[in-house]
Amino acid sequence: MNREQARRLIFDALGDIAPEVDPDEVDDSLDLTEQLDLDSMDYLTWMIAISEETGVEIPQQDVSRFLTIDGAVSYLVEKLVST
Amino acid sequence: MIDFVLPSLGADMDQAMLVAWLVEPGDEVSYGQIIAEVETDKGVIEVECWHDGVVEEFLVEPSPKKLAVGTPLARIRLAAEEGVDRRVETGPPSPRPPEQRPPAARKQPLPPVRHLAHTLGVDIESVAGTGAGGIVTRDDVRRAAEVESAVTAPTARQPGSRVKASPRARARAEELGVALASVTASRSDGLIVHADVAGAAVPRVPAREPEDRVAAMRRAITRSMTRSKREIPHYYLATTIDMSQALTWLEDVNSELPITKRILPAVLLLKATAHAVREVPALNGHWLDEHFVPSDPVHLGVAISLREGGLVAPAIHHADSLELGELMERLKDLVTRARTWRLRGSEMSDPTLTVTNLGDRGVETAFPVIIPPQVAMVGFGRIVDAVVPVAGSPTVHPVVHATLAGDHRVTDGHTGGLLLSALDRLLQKPEEL
Repeated sequence: MNREQARRLIFDALGDIAPEVDPDEVDDSLDLTEQLDLDSMDYLTWMIAISEETGVEIPQQDVSRFLTIDGAVSYLVEKLVST
Repeated sequence: MIDFVLPSLGADMDQAMLVAWLVEPGDEVSYGQIIAEVETDKGVIEVECWHDGVVEEFLVEPSPKKLAVGTPLARIRLAAEEGVDRRVETGPPSPRPPEQRPPAARKQPLPPVRHLAHTLGVDIESVAGTGAGGIVTRDDVRRAAEVESAVTAPTARQPGSRVKASPRARARAEELGVALASVTASRSDGLIVHADVAGAAVPRVPAREPEDRVAAMRRAITRSMTRSKREIPHYYLATTIDMSQALTWLEDVNSELPITKRILPAVLLLKATAHAVREVPALNGHWLDEHFVPSDPVHLGVAISLREGGLVAPAIHHADSLELGELMERLKDLVTRARTWRLRGSEMSDPTLTVTNLGDRGVETAFPVIIPPQVAMVGFGRIVDAVVPVAGSPTVHPVVHATLAGDHRVTDGHTGGLLLSALDRLLQKPEEL
């Protein structure tokens, strides 16, 4: 999976949680919860959707990697490097 | 025979519009089954039937006409009482233990399977059943639909032309038996989301436009809160609760769990509240006809804010008796359905004490406004680091500000204080929750 594919998948997973979000208007380097006004349930639901879609398990200690889109993209690319 | 009537959907909801029937005359219905959808100012509500029986006839068809609570919507022949006098259904009753349920007939396809067949355009009579006793299952219907579409649609999708849909939209489509290719995406980029699928399953009276929905909800909130501020003499209490034990324990628990099972701190707060109010039952119930009616079960209302604006506070039934993992699942489900405007009648009508947890959105302290006819409300702010004395030394610990709004017609500050101190005590022993 490349970065572009990962980013698309990440925003698809956001579709049910924050349907009004336009991926082009999100700053990939900023805190996602603040930028998109996500609460802890939204944030967890989003990570579950990503995990279910990719099969990548996200252990508790890695949750902080998902604070930004950049972080989440890098994490997925690392984990899915062989696919 | 009973009349299935439009149930009460909350103290401030006296009318609704029938949007869709999810069953047909002749269908069997069972206890707790969702059989209709109505729309109120708080969105589309799924309405359950609280009896086992057969739908005899519809008395009302879906239309934009506003119906009063109590309007008979359908007639249901009860499974257990053939030929008895016609009665009016009163619901929702307390949950019935599963062992009391009469065994359902197994030869006829179950209503959800009939519904699925109807949705997919499959003639259910022609489907061979592979279930117990030859009953037609959902899989049988899906297989029949696939065969049919292979025959009628030779230009099937090519590999790679997969419909763009969010994971939850895919799951919901599977659950409802809706072909994603037939769903129209509401987003400009063509991504099908959960709400698109939910709206595609059965014919419905057109729902309100999103902006009308938000305006209607604002009116509903205004009615309820105006009544609260006019009628309820509120008192307010606050305390600070050390959360270090609770969060350390939860971190340990979560580190062993897959992400799908992880538990949020808010769930600990909800569970602790449900336990605490059992100790102080004067805060759990309703103010009806000028007196307090206590509730034995704890149906915990949870204030859920919606992204378009507004909020709803549906109930998690029997929250005090749910395990933490189960409570988390219920909360997740409730938040998802609230945000896609798909709550259920019983959830809207009977919370006995509501919790607002504004902490996630940044504030440290919430001052709740009681939702009538309830008589109290608990608020939690954001969990923040604060200096607390530990064995006489200043130490930094995570803390949460807990508040209580109480109704002076029922209790005084002393009683409210008992609930907050019970909360504090319970959160120091999270393993016992």
